[in-house]
Amino acid sequence: MIVQTLLTLMAVVVLALVVQRNLFSVVVLAGIYSFLMATVLVALDAVDVAMTEASVGAGISTVLLLGALYLCGGEEAKPLTRPWLPLVVTLVIVGALVYGTLGLPAFSDPQAPIHTHVVPRYLSGALAETGVPNVVTAVLASYRGYDTLGETVVVFTAGIGVIALLRRARRAKGEGA
Amino acid sequence: MKREPVLRVVGKLLIPYMLMFALYVQFHGDFGPGGGFQAGVVTAAAVIFYALIFGLPAARRVVPEALVETLVALGALVYMSVGFAGLLLGGNYLDYFVLAHDTVHGQERGIFWVEIGVLITVSGVMLKIFYMFAGRRREG
Amino acid sequence: MAQLAGHYTYWVTVLLMAAGLYILIARGNLVKKLIGLSVFQTSVYLLYIAPGKLIGGTAPIVDAAFQVYSNPLPHVLILTAIVVGVATLALGLALVVRIREAYGSIEEDEVLAADRDGGAAG
Repeated sequence: MIVQTLLTLMAVVVLALVVQRNLFSVVVLAGIYSFLMATVLVALDAVDVAMTEASVGAGISTVLLLGALYLCGGEEAKPLTRPWLPLVVTLVIVGALVYGTLGLPAFSDPQAPIHTHVVPRYLSGALAETGVPNVVTAVLASYRGYDTLGETVVVFTAGIGVIALLRRARRAKGEGA
Repeated sequence: MKREPVLRVVGKLLIPYMLMFALYVQFHGDFGPGGGFQAGVVTAAAVIFYALIFGLPAARRVVPEALVETLVALGALVYMSVGFAGLLLGGNYLDYFVLAHDTVHGQERGIFWVEIGVLITVSGVMLKIFYMFAGRRREG
Repeated sequence: MAQLAGHYTYWVTVLLMAAGLYILIARGNLVKKLIGLSVFQTSVYLLYIAPGKLIGGTAPIVDAAFQVYSNPLPHVLILTAIVVGVATLALGLALVVRIREAYGSIEEDEVLAADRDGGAAG
């Protein structure tokens, strides 16, 4: 019940985000959306993900967006001029996805395929094989360690990408950027 | 903002606890929610908080740019070194069970060092991106 | 009826995805497009984690007092996805800052018109 209520709140926030034109309000609404998502994730028992979403999604993303807004300076997005084609495309995609969700297993079904393949092996073996009770950390750092190596390299690449884009080269005074 | 006494006092009281919380999240990530990513972001948030209250030049004196750039690369290097340690001690790349006298202790040691690598890179990158955005002068 | 209540979660997820997609393709302001992308990504996280929840279960931290746990595998995938998402956002915003400095505007149609008319300033 709490999940459905929070999801309805998120839908309202997102609809407000679509129509808002003031960029500062849009950034604040995106932060509210991230915090509501973190709460929904706690209600769905995904505590590690909730902590990451709250700190990364609502914390760092908001800081970065405000920094970019300060540098870009635009306060208002321009009003819409006839976005009929995007609206039609979006509605078609919504129809297709809703049709697809009818084939998904019922919410919280223990016999769904997601619960019956490799996950019982992780849940039963994590504490005995790695000595770490938090199964998410065990899977992230040990069973799927290569993926986490790739992710660390992606974060590193983003860091040096931003350095490469925003570094001002040392040059004599008076030349352009 | 550094002239506001409330912000200065509260900032000086909170920032050590934020850093301590980041270390708690990092090391307690084995027993509860947490781990390298969350801890890295909280560490970066503590320094960003300091920069917001006391100004970017003060933050640059405390955590210099050269240190942050080193941290960005050091974390990924630590992670890859754990993999090579596994190779040198007789297993495959990123095998943890060869790292100690016992399989389970080897896994714990491997997970510990790998999460430290993640913490270092994530905190360095988040802080560096903040420094780049906040330190750039606005043109026009 | 319980089936409908369960599927409500999926339908709201689809609505969030659609809103994020609409912002991404129908708005011209570059920063707002990036925020739409971030909204879209967040709704996909929900689509992955919602089927993993088991009513009566708990967070996937092994303890002697609990037998039923939420599925940990989507949690791991989504942790990676969240961090990659913020990396993408940071790079996208750095690009928007450079576009603003080169063209003087962050509206897509103004930037495209400036490109057509005579090339960027730098």
